[in-house]
Amino acid sequence: MGTTASQLPKDLLSEYQELTFLTKQEILLAHKRFSELVAKEERSSNSLRVPMEKILTMPELKSNPFRKRICHVFSTSDMKDGSLTFEDFLDLLSAFSDSATLEIKSHYAFRIFDFDDDGTLDCRDLENLVNCLTGETDDTRLTPEEMRQLINNILEESDIDKDGTVNLSEFQHVISRSPDFVSSFKIVL
Amino acid sequence: MDSVDSVFYTDRIGPSSNPLLDQLPSYQSLLYRRKSSATGSGTKRRGSSRTHSTSSWKWKGDRVEETPKTVSLERTVRELAKTMEEKRRDNEQRMKQDQDLSSWKKWRQHARRSLKRMKEDAVELLSRLELWRGDIHVIEGMFGTGILSYFSFLRFLVLLNFIIFLLMFGFVILPIVIAPHFSGNTTFNLYDGNECRYYPSTSRRGLVVFHQYITDVLSGTGFLEETYLFYGYYKVEAIHYPRITYNLPLAYVLVTVTYLFLSLIWIVKRSAAGFKRSLVQDEDRFQSFCNKIFAGWDFCITNETAARLKSSSLLYELKTDLEEERIKQKIADRTRKEKCRIYVLRLVLNLFVVAVLAACFYSIYRATVYSQKSQMNPPANFILDLIYEYLPSIVITLANFITPLMFTLIIQFEDYSPAFEIRFTLMRCVFMRLASIGVLLCSLWSQITSCSGSTCPCGYNHKLYPCWESRVGQEMYKLMIFDFIIIGAVTIFVEFPRKLIVTYCDCGLAKWWGQQEFAIPQNVLEIVYGQTICWIGTFYCPLLPAISTIKYFIVFYIKKMTLVKNCRPATRPFRASSSNFFFLVVLLIGLALACAPVIVSIAQISCSQACGPFVNYTTSWEVVPLSVSQLPDGLRTFLFALSSEAFAVSFFVITCLAMFYVIALAGAHKRVVNQLREQLEMEGRDKRFLIQKLCQAQVTCAISTAAAAQSHSVRESQDHRGSQNYDNPGGVFLVQPPVSATHV
Repeated sequence: MGTTASQLPKDLLSEYQELTFLTKQEILLAHKRFSELVAKEERSSNSLRVPMEKILTMPELKSNPFRKRICHVFSTSDMKDGSLTFEDFLDLLSAFSDSATLEIKSHYAFRIFDFDDDGTLDCRDLENLVNCLTGETDDTRLTPEEMRQLINNILEESDIDKDGTVNLSEFQHVISRSPDFVSSFKIVL
Repeated sequence: MDSVDSVFYTDRIGPSSNPLLDQLPSYQSLLYRRKSSATGSGTKRRGSSRTHSTSSWKWKGDRVEETPKTVSLERTVRELAKTMEEKRRDNEQRMKQDQDLSSWKKWRQHARRSLKRMKEDAVELLSRLELWRGDIHVIEGMFGTGILSYFSFLRFLVLLNFIIFLLMFGFVILPIVIAPHFSGNTTFNLYDGNECRYYPSTSRRGLVVFHQYITDVLSGTGFLEETYLFYGYYKVEAIHYPRITYNLPLAYVLVTVTYLFLSLIWIVKRSAAGFKRSLVQDEDRFQSFCNKIFAGWDFCITNETAARLKSSSLLYELKTDLEEERIKQKIADRTRKEKCRIYVLRLVLNLFVVAVLAACFYSIYRATVYSQKSQMNPPANFILDLIYEYLPSIVITLANFITPLMFTLIIQFEDYSPAFEIRFTLMRCVFMRLASIGVLLCSLWSQITSCSGSTCPCGYNHKLYPCWESRVGQEMYKLMIFDFIIIGAVTIFVEFPRKLIVTYCDCGLAKWWGQQEFAIPQNVLEIVYGQTICWIGTFYCPLLPAISTIKYFIVFYIKKMTLVKNCRPATRPFRASSSNFFFLVVLLIGLALACAPVIVSIAQISCSQACGPFVNYTTSWEVVPLSVSQLPDGLRTFLFALSSEAFAVSFFVITCLAMFYVIALAGAHKRVVNQLREQLEMEGRDKRFLIQKLCQAQVTCAISTAAAAQSHSVRESQDHRGSQNYDNPGGVFLVQPPVSATHV
């Protein structure tokens, strides 16, 4: 741990502490894990991008069905390839940390679930979401009939203004009443 | 924004993107809220610019972005959902703003910031000291939050028991232990020739066979009876230190009351949050699907197989829920004849359940009486004696093993909805388990208070039970030890072989049997049962909390091992939120059950005359009024006033008033919420209606201007007409950018 601590300057560390919900230990651990993904000679620069494929090899993300969406949401890359810098990575961990507020969590959850990035969850997004949850193979999917019933139920529960889609404020309203969300929307290294 | 679009599409008229919709006040407020309430304007804009880079109605430039700054200033930077870069910029901007402040304000802000930093560091340090942090993290990763809640519950009980032990140790045992070292003078209650004061020594004399030590350790008799372990050993009346006199009996009673109170408050505090949530959930049952979809995935799962299991359990859950909906429909369609049949069937089955429970309770009673009788006989056979000693524990464990199986079988015929089935079976099991302790205690008390003659000279059966508190303590001690042995034995001799058979045997039977499921409700019941015993027993056996702390400590590792090695997660998962609340409710029931016997024995039953700290009192509680009467005048009148009827009645009335107020408030809130919801729906409908009207107006307008343009086409050239069409009044209206509504 001593060597990685020296790689992260102290003022930067305290700035990260200020800007994220992570503790000092968590930031140091994140830095250690992140630099393990990078080749040795490249470690020095902070703005280095790690491609999505490499990020996804981390065990914390490997078995997550939303892994690609997570990378895309937190990536600041202009190429839209889901690659992350260390700071993006810290943003990710901060949103998924224990002490992040419900508002932050629900905001990012909404964007992760919004598969086509159009700002609302429509029927196709919901269908994608359910398929991600139940598994991608054919035998684990719901039948079209069941899917239709399910999506109708979801929209009936959450779509307050009855416009056929779930927008962010509706989503946050629903999430704020869902007691499990805060405890389950969490990734700890 | 797509929401607006899709509304539009449903009408199937008009152009594909309509800037008009941007001007709707609701959309503007949504935009504004999105920007101000920490919703990443930057990345959002990037995200949408990819898909809708051509549409004109997107975020209208940077003018809008500047507005929310004042709002967002109130929250810390890290609560904004922005990228690191933007957060850094925000922070710098704030710093700049801070520079204009006076030095006093600056200093105060600085102090506040560093204080906050220090607090965070302290919290972090404390959390690293937390027990089993790493273990719990591993379990969370492998099995998700449902099973995690069981383990954190176990940790809570370890802590609770440890605190109770510290209380007991600090206020009862420690003063006695340190008395000789601090030149304290201890006065004992001595045997003065009174018949009731006679306490025969139980330690074995002469040559002691080795296995008798084992019996003693397992059942708390013999040499163990005369130790700090049991009530009977605390014969101290008072300890005189150089300055003060320590009233041990008073301390003993007060510590007992304190630990019961402390447990109550701690549990209530822990369950308050869960209670609130479950109230909210109950009120809006319609949200179950959203919960499952939006909050269904445990992002903390790191294990591949666990992730697959989670997927399949979610699939199963969704399918059963959809099924349940259909079943509900079916139930609603039931005819009267069918209803009658089901109610009669339920009545009969419930009677059967009651009969089973009664039979169990009767056998526990018989076993207790028999075991007490046989303990009076001289020892004959080592094994047989041990079995007699443990007969009540064995019967209770057997009953608790068989009845749940029966209940799960019966419930299938009762035709309830699946969710209710699980809860109902659980409640029956809870009742069975906790009531069996009650039955045991009742039968013990019937033995203690009944004498061969008509009245007992000492207030209890002194001949058979010279020190009945120690005897009750021994029973609790035995129950605790036996429970622990059973937990260990089931793991080693049942669950582990089962795992081996299922893994290495290919026959169909083994496959059908399958791997062990980690059934959370049963496991929770098991530890709540142990905790109830601990609460009851602490008065009679002051070191019981220490034993139970150690027990739970080991149980944690046993359960972790069996979970990781032997078990697979349950197919029907237990939700963390509902389970947390459920655990605490069961624990509260256990506490209530534990309080009853302890209070009765302190206040009602005459305490032993031969042993313990209360030899000079008829009941243990008497020491409290006696000490109060020795207090200074002012304090005494105050305490008497507190315990008077006038105070009790007025307190009761005030509490009732407060409760009624809260109930009325809750009702009013509920009504307001319903009204608001209705209003929202109405407005949504209004909006759609207005949009339809507008679109129709647009279309008619466009057609009329097009017609007008056509009529003028004689003078106009062909290409000019296109531009004219574009410049029609409706068109100008359409492409107008959002007006100042955003600049609030």
